[in-house]
Amino acid sequence: MAQSEQEILEGLAEIVNEETGLDTESVQSEKSFTDDLDIDSLSMMTIVVNAEEKFGVRIPDDEVKNLKTVGDAVSFIAKNQG
Amino acid sequence: MLLEGKKLLITGVLMDSSIAFHVAKIAQEQGAEVVLTSFGRTFKITQTIAKRLPTTPPVIELDVTNQDDLDSLSERLGEHVDHLDGVLHSIGFAPQGAFNFLEGTFEDVSTAMHASAYSLKSLGVAALPLMKDGGSIVGLTFDAKFAWPVYDWMGVAKAAFESTNRYLARDLGPKGVRCNLVAAGPIRTTAAKSIPGFQTFEDTWNERAPLGWDVNNAVPAAQACAVLLSDWFPATTGEIVHVDGGVHAMGQ
Repeated sequence: MAQSEQEILEGLAEIVNEETGLDTESVQSEKSFTDDLDIDSLSMMTIVVNAEEKFGVRIPDDEVKNLKTVGDAVSFIAKNQG
Repeated sequence: MLLEGKKLLITGVLMDSSIAFHVAKIAQEQGAEVVLTSFGRTFKITQTIAKRLPTTPPVIELDVTNQDDLDSLSERLGEHVDHLDGVLHSIGFAPQGAFNFLEGTFEDVSTAMHASAYSLKSLGVAALPLMKDGGSIVGLTFDAKFAWPVYDWMGVAKAAFESTNRYLARDLGPKGVRCNLVAAGPIRTTAAKSIPGFQTFEDTWNERAPLGWDVNNAVPAAQACAVLLSDWFPATTGEIVHVDGGVHAMGQ
């Protein structure tokens, strides 16, 4: 079932919160994972793997480096969701 | 089935691109019962990825450089399996500094040696109490006969790893435990991508390999591990099986 971008953002914020302890409200579309949210590569891997499970998508390793902001990830998931 | 009824400890499953993931998958498909290990911050990733196997296996904590983890391994494993028939060592680590041969410090090198070479002995000894009826230990190397681009002190650690395999074969042979390695060609795993300049290998391997080589396919290396973990190499130990498309046998 495809979800709206807002639903994906909320789901992603929960995953980020669980991994990093960051407030879900701070996970906004324009935020950069590395620069704004201070997420390192290992946390990013954890987030990606959990997002794959939660949203039923595959995010190839080569794609992960293109997901600079939370919004990039939300768009990628929305576009590739079955 | 190749591994019917076998109980295997498989280290090194991080992502589903991991060679160890494919070994675990093939092992389950071939009838084995599998327990995975992971540690520290990667533990949660391994737990999630484990769900992508045909049957979700238990994951236990094991840092092969932590003596407490090693000492308690057989007891903790005992909660899941009553014995072990095989162990996959798919572990390697070197600090970034170790990938610069002339500049790497001994601190960098010793860390690489501890996690990547000595750990084969540590893991073998830690698992031994559960292998009373013998078994098979299999590790993954990257052919250490040569000096490679960018691999540097990790290559030296792999040479030590290959030698560790031979000594382990000597000392565990009388206990019925075989020790062998698979020397795989370059495979695009998380571990490989953490090596700066890894694509130098990728570009040339396919051209040099008489059989060709696909850096995105971990299955051939995993199949070799599965066979070495099975009963079909009963008189082979201290060996290195090359799964590299044939590159090791070519002059240039």
